[in-house]
Amino acid sequence: MSALSSLPQASSIAPQVDTLFWFMVALCVIVVVGVLIAMVSYSVKYRRGSPADRSGRQAQSLGVELTWTLIPLALFIGVFTWSLFVFAKMRSPPPDSQTVYVVAKQWMWKTQHPGGQREINALHVPLGQPIRLTMTSEDVIHSFYVPAFRVKQDVLPGRYTELWFTATKLGSFPLFCAEYCGLDHARMGGNVVVMAPADYARWLDGNAGPQSLAVRGAALFRAHGCSGCHGANASVHAPDLDGLYGRWVQLADGSTVIADDRYIRDSILLPKKHVVAGFAPLMPSFSGQLSEEDLVALIAYLKSTARAASDPPAIGAESTHEHD
Amino acid sequence: MAYAQVAVAHDDHSSHDDHKPHGWRRWVYATNHKDIGTMYLVFAGIMFFLGGSLAMLIRLELFRPGLQFFDPLFFNSLTTMHALIMIFGAIMPAWTGLANWQIPLQVGAPDMALPRLNNFSFWILPFAFLLLLSTFFVPGGAPAGGWTMYPPLMLQGGASFPMTIFAIHLMGASSILGAMNVIVTILNLRAPGMTLLRMPLFVWSWLITAYLLIAVMPVLAGAVTMLLTDHFFGTTFFTAAGGGDPVMFQHIFWFFGHPEVYILILPAFGIISEIIPTFARKPIFGYEAMVYAIASIAFLSFIVWAHHMFTVGMPLAGELFFMLTTMLIAIPTGVKVFNWCATIWKGSLTFEPPMLFALAFVFLFTIGGFSGVMLAIVPADFQYQDTYFVVAHFHYVLVPGTIFGIMAGVYYWLPKWTGHMYDQTLGKWHFWLSAIFVNVLFFPQHFLGLAGMPRRIPDYAVQFTDWNMVSSIGGFGFGLSQLLFPYLIWKCIKHGVPIGNRAWEGAHGLEWELPSPPPFHSWETPPTEAVLARAAVH
Repeated sequence: MSALSSLPQASSIAPQVDTLFWFMVALCVIVVVGVLIAMVSYSVKYRRGSPADRSGRQAQSLGVELTWTLIPLALFIGVFTWSLFVFAKMRSPPPDSQTVYVVAKQWMWKTQHPGGQREINALHVPLGQPIRLTMTSEDVIHSFYVPAFRVKQDVLPGRYTELWFTATKLGSFPLFCAEYCGLDHARMGGNVVVMAPADYARWLDGNAGPQSLAVRGAALFRAHGCSGCHGANASVHAPDLDGLYGRWVQLADGSTVIADDRYIRDSILLPKKHVVAGFAPLMPSFSGQLSEEDLVALIAYLKSTARAASDPPAIGAESTHEHD
Repeated sequence: MAYAQVAVAHDDHSSHDDHKPHGWRRWVYATNHKDIGTMYLVFAGIMFFLGGSLAMLIRLELFRPGLQFFDPLFFNSLTTMHALIMIFGAIMPAWTGLANWQIPLQVGAPDMALPRLNNFSFWILPFAFLLLLSTFFVPGGAPAGGWTMYPPLMLQGGASFPMTIFAIHLMGASSILGAMNVIVTILNLRAPGMTLLRMPLFVWSWLITAYLLIAVMPVLAGAVTMLLTDHFFGTTFFTAAGGGDPVMFQHIFWFFGHPEVYILILPAFGIISEIIPTFARKPIFGYEAMVYAIASIAFLSFIVWAHHMFTVGMPLAGELFFMLTTMLIAIPTGVKVFNWCATIWKGSLTFEPPMLFALAFVFLFTIGGFSGVMLAIVPADFQYQDTYFVVAHFHYVLVPGTIFGIMAGVYYWLPKWTGHMYDQTLGKWHFWLSAIFVNVLFFPQHFLGLAGMPRRIPDYAVQFTDWNMVSSIGGFGFGLSQLLFPYLIWKCIKHGVPIGNRAWEGAHGLEWELPSPPPFHSWETPPTEAVLARAAVH
């Protein structure tokens, strides 16, 4: 067990995951050792020729079968309930969490901060600040895994998945790709560097790109002609996108969705998927014209126009709008 | 205890006039369940050593960090092929071989119900594996996308890609035909008086396994066919850019894949439930509970599949549903383990090789089962998913679980098949070496997983070195000790001591009412009620 205890608990969720883990280890050890003791002691006691008392043997007993059916059932319901609480926490990023975008490709992690800072195979985060990662892949499935934080989330092509954590220890922690992704899967990784907030601010300043993500997105918004239809003075009848991010949208098919990252991405690449109520499906697809990083910048721009909008939706809510 | 040979009316007659074909025709045209069973078992044995050799190469590369022996592509082929060969080439044919040999003997049938189909289902296999193994020699090498074949990665495969898929189609067809034969045999050819609830538990476990096979092998065939059309015919089932969804493949694959896990283990449950009563000299505790437990596991196995996908990003309700069902499936499994323990309680135990393997199975399978429950707890699973913890978990279930189950079965019935008792001391050596090394091999992998080592990597960070070395040493020890097994079988056939009908004095079941080896055609006349009563397993 030395292996796990040598692994630092470096996120706010880690102690709770570990408590659950150690409880399960204890439960398993009790039963496994119990089975072992029963087998070894019966093997010795009831070996052929031993004088042990063998009267009162039974071939079956409903009471006994029910006992070892119902006791595990009760235990499992207890563990299930406990897990629910930990799990609920893992799926609900705090409202003040700060978004960082992650784009995975064979075999590299690219991260982009809202201020335009870009990193490869590294992610710098401030201590104590909830960080919410919005992730996608350019090719195959990858999985973002930081053992010290006890978090893992698959990163899929064609959609966004999310993950959040609050780092609670300073230092550099290994980042792995956990989902087998081909030739150099073993070497796809990096480090998550947790810095004191003041150091982090200095790091941000020292690594600032030419422009922030939102500014780059605004430029793309104009360059690709989005503003021609969706802008304030557009003559085409298209939904106004100012302040859209995080709001509920009524669709032509009667359903509603939250305008989150995934919704915006789908609307750009597959515009016929979510047609807004009251609008004709006129928009062409921009699939192939925008890279994953461009999409992320566009989303950051739309987000910046909605600063006043309410809290970001819970991660769980992301998955509730179905694709089919 | 009666050792006298049972009066099967024309035993003497059939032994010298059994119309047994000779030479190559006996095997190529085989319709006899015993010959086909033997071919299945020999095939499985060859594949076991082949798949095992690949595992040795994997452990060799992982002995130290860094890339020493293989390039990453070849390593990835090794892990992919190791899994495909062991699952479809070693374990599943071994079960079908044991079913072929034992089910007609145990239910009092003269042969399998569909002998020509039986021949066909076996002879598909060598061709399927020739096709699969030949991928080592095509441009781009053997498949390296993992045995789970997740797109989009699998779609990047080279020439091996369609070959692998056709090979899987063939293996699936073979399994389905074999399963149909088992079902028809059990339901139609049982001797009069052999009611369902008198059947030995091995027969029960295989009946349920056969239904699982028929239910899920076509699903696998569908999934890989969709991959094929995505690659060659412009469909986009799993391609996000075309409106498809790579996660859908995972759902379809694991809808096959989880029942498949139970296809690999349920017959072992049956065998253990035969062996423990024999050497405890006491009927199985809770026969009916054992049958219902297998049936419950089979049913639940259809609704737990997405626990393989907890980190993929499913809706909340999905994660919770699959967490709960996965925990529930541990309950009937626990019932089986507790019933085995209760069977040895107040028994009269001896420890011949089959019993040693069976007892080790109960204990080590329990370890694998419990790490499975730990993996079911979603918030904790995020830490273990796709790490060596998972590798340790399923190898505990499949090696000291399934493989020990198969070996226990072979050690149990080998005297019946050959008519000779084998060298039991050698068998005990084989057991103890296997049991010790298998734990040295797989137990440290739990630690590696908990420390965060991802699976399917040829190179790893230095902090994982120590336990990888231990694991590799265990692997080499385990691999080498398996060489004792074919030697023991060869020695048994050539130089074993002839043995009577009932190789083990505590054994019950119709197979022990026949001579050892049984005549080429057995149970041409159904067993009488008196024979059935003496053979009753509970």
